[in-house]
Amino acid sequence: MDTISLAFYALAFLIIAAAIFVVTSKNIFHSAIYLILALFGVAGVYVLLQAPFLAAAQVLMYVGAVSMLMIFAIMLTARIADQTIRHTNEQVLTGLLLSLGLLAVIVYSLWQTPFAISSDPMPEGAGGTLGKLLLTQFALPFEIVSVLLLGALIGAVVIAKKDSVRRDPEAPTTPLPKSIEKVAG
Amino acid sequence: MEGIGLIHYLTLSAVVFCIGVFGMLTRRNAIGVLMSIELMFNAVNITLVAFARYVTPATITGQVVAIFTIAVAAAEATVALAIVLLIYQHHRGIDVDRINFMKW
Amino acid sequence: MLSYAWLIPVFPLCAMAVIMLLTHRNRVVSAALSITAVSIAFLYAWAIAFTVWGNPEVQRFSFDWLNLGPSMHIPIGIQIDGLTAMMLIVVTTVALMVQIYSLGYMHGDPRFSRYYAFLSLFTMAMLTLVLADNFFLMFVAWELVGLASYLLIGFWFEKQSASDAGKKAFITTRLGDLGFIIGLLMIYTGCGTLTFGGVFDAVKTGVLGGAFLTTAAIFLFGGAIGKSAQVPLHVWLPDAMEGPTPVWAVIHAATMVVAGVYLVARSLTIFMGAETAAMTVAWIGIITSLMAASIGLVQNDIKRVLAFSTVSQLGYMIMALGLGGFTAGTFHLMTHAFFKSLLFLGAGSVIHAVHTNDIREMGGLHAKMKTTSITFLIAAFAIAGIFPLSGFWSKDEIVASTLGHPVFTVLTLLVAFMTAFYMFRLYFLTFTGTPRDKHKFEHAHESPKVMTYPLIFLAVLSVVSGWIGLPWLHHGFSSVVYHHEPHHAEFHYGLAAISLLVGLSGIGLAYLMYYKRRIDPDRIATSMSGLYNTLLNKYYFDEAYEVLVIKPYYVMCQGWFWFDQHIIDGLVNGAGAFGVLWGRFQRWADETFVDGAVNGIGWLTRGFGATIRYLQTGSLQNYAFIVFAALVILWILR
Repeated sequence: MDTISLAFYALAFLIIAAAIFVVTSKNIFHSAIYLILALFGVAGVYVLLQAPFLAAAQVLMYVGAVSMLMIFAIMLTARIADQTIRHTNEQVLTGLLLSLGLLAVIVYSLWQTPFAISSDPMPEGAGGTLGKLLLTQFALPFEIVSVLLLGALIGAVVIAKKDSVRRDPEAPTTPLPKSIEKVAG
Repeated sequence: MEGIGLIHYLTLSAVVFCIGVFGMLTRRNAIGVLMSIELMFNAVNITLVAFARYVTPATITGQVVAIFTIAVAAAEATVALAIVLLIYQHHRGIDVDRINFMKW
Repeated sequence: MLSYAWLIPVFPLCAMAVIMLLTHRNRVVSAALSITAVSIAFLYAWAIAFTVWGNPEVQRFSFDWLNLGPSMHIPIGIQIDGLTAMMLIVVTTVALMVQIYSLGYMHGDPRFSRYYAFLSLFTMAMLTLVLADNFFLMFVAWELVGLASYLLIGFWFEKQSASDAGKKAFITTRLGDLGFIIGLLMIYTGCGTLTFGGVFDAVKTGVLGGAFLTTAAIFLFGGAIGKSAQVPLHVWLPDAMEGPTPVWAVIHAATMVVAGVYLVARSLTIFMGAETAAMTVAWIGIITSLMAASIGLVQNDIKRVLAFSTVSQLGYMIMALGLGGFTAGTFHLMTHAFFKSLLFLGAGSVIHAVHTNDIREMGGLHAKMKTTSITFLIAAFAIAGIFPLSGFWSKDEIVASTLGHPVFTVLTLLVAFMTAFYMFRLYFLTFTGTPRDKHKFEHAHESPKVMTYPLIFLAVLSVVSGWIGLPWLHHGFSSVVYHHEPHHAEFHYGLAAISLLVGLSGIGLAYLMYYKRRIDPDRIATSMSGLYNTLLNKYYFDEAYEVLVIKPYYVMCQGWFWFDQHIIDGLVNGAGAFGVLWGRFQRWADETFVDGAVNGIGWLTRGFGATIRYLQTGSLQNYAFIVFAALVILWILR
């Protein structure tokens, strides 16, 4: 068993274990920590797959940004450590069965499918190639994604802002429907 | 078994994806659901990068798509978390199975 | 010029529309509009008259009104010839005078504007009537005239008697119009056209003829009987005095009643083609004339006397036409229009002054109302046929037309005598002698100028209009109304002298009885009380109708009412009951089957929805579960 295989199995074990903890941990904060671990593992897999730029991006984006965001959100919402309440809903069993079924289906499909494995070597300096691709062939999606990110940024601010539905004090108040009142109350 | 090949990565991806599905289906906490979804994203990314490595190594298109996926996932996470916060403000709770006020 | 003659009736029509729609609140503007419109028509009519009389050709302008293929083709249009031109002049002149006169007479009436609108409508209808070039358009205008007269007679509809009189006039003339339209349909069936030219050609060439034509002509004459108040449909005219007096003048003297005469004159060719019909016309004319004149002898209501005088004079004209005296009939129509409207307006002036219709309450009014009195006297002389006034010439022509029928000649002269007598009886009782009602005499006054000027104008016409018939003028009046083969009635100096003598003797008798009081009229009345009462009650015509027509009609109506109530209503109710039963059955079927089906579908849907609504948990995770489960299931099923 060579180093690569060893590394792969190690990383796979790490990722799967961390992922299982993410979905089963009673404490949501622990879930977040395990998620970070799993994402690190994925970054390692990227390295194995000779995608160092993606590995770096994975660490920066997921570990650095998304996970931190998660943790902030957890902190901003109360009762994070309250472990007395159930952390799963009532479809645990069916969900488990379904997930296993799905896994069986996917794995069966994977092993049945003959993939056209290419033996070409990866280009040297994949990071540069990636940059060129992004700014030439994929320029339009790239720009669209940037607009999407901007929109997400603004949208997130607008949505999460306190009292985002600012009422005009002069405006006549129309009573909210009962259902909404219940929610808003 | 002669070394690690595409199928190993894909199997790993499938496992992680199904774990994500399980989490998404069962977590009560909305943030937990989001984290499960992040797992699924990552599973898909592993697949993309694996294909880029083994099927089209000359043109690393899979990696480009993976980058886009990461970016879109980031946007998704941002907006979703903002919504979660908003729901929390109004609802004093983020249990997904209680967020059913749009039903009927 | 002539081709725009159709504009003549359009002016009053526009006036009516504008008054009705826009200016009815403003009485000054309304009256001004109406008078302006009729003035334009008046001037136009004179212009046309001079054009036509210089150029004796029939002018026709028509267009297709209804074209339903070869079997049904009705053009409408106008026709201008001497007769039309003369009628135009008569109608517009009298209408204009009456409208001006009404300014004074109707002053202060709350429905002043509406009055002028109706007058305009009436004028329009009458002008259309005389302009029409076919029986169809003539009939339309004829009915419009009837409508307008109904509106005007019943103008003061608050009064029960006025609205009754309006209805009586309308219904009675309608009876005649029924005959008219039957005659028209027969003619149309016979020759397939209704234009005057076409029909007359058909008569001349013998396409129409025999008993068929006679029957059609008599039916046609039915219209004239109704409209011109001939026996036996004359009963509406005396009652029609319930309308405003000027209206009465315009309807009775000049226009509406002469519509019947005009109809006979216009279709004289038809009557000449049917000897029996023509004689019927003549007899009805003279009987009417005699009867009305005799009734006029004893009436005490100034309007009633004039009304019967009108009926009598119309009978004259009708008789003359029936005997073929086209020129005589139309000539008398024209002169009569002028002096009779003068009489009516004069009577209106008197009534306006003393506020009563009863001549027994008048007397000596000459002192108070000089203009009215003098113009009235001129008109009385004219109607009595005194030289050289218009009535003399026209009446002479009528007498001349009876030559060859000695019975008619005698009766005509008798009527002339009676006419002169009752006319001067009326004059002497009204304007001379001592006032019999001091109080009313005190308050009497001459009418305003707006009323007297029309009187003067008409008085002038009453004098001069007869001069067209002067014997030393070329062909006299006949050249006016004839175009081809003038039928010229020679002037008979002998006859003229006789009729003048008859007229003068009538006047003389009236003078003795009512001015000099040499003969006591009351004694005659008591000595011949049977005759007197018969005349006073107008030969009991109304009573006879009451007994012979209205009572049986009521009885019949009651019979039909019973029939209606028991048989028809029984059928209807039976049908209704059946409908109800059927409806109940349908309801039952509806509720059981149709509603059952509908409700069943409803229940089914509801049950289905109740079952599957649990899928809609509102829980995201359930939905996601379903998505992935579907994925797996689809993969398995693939």
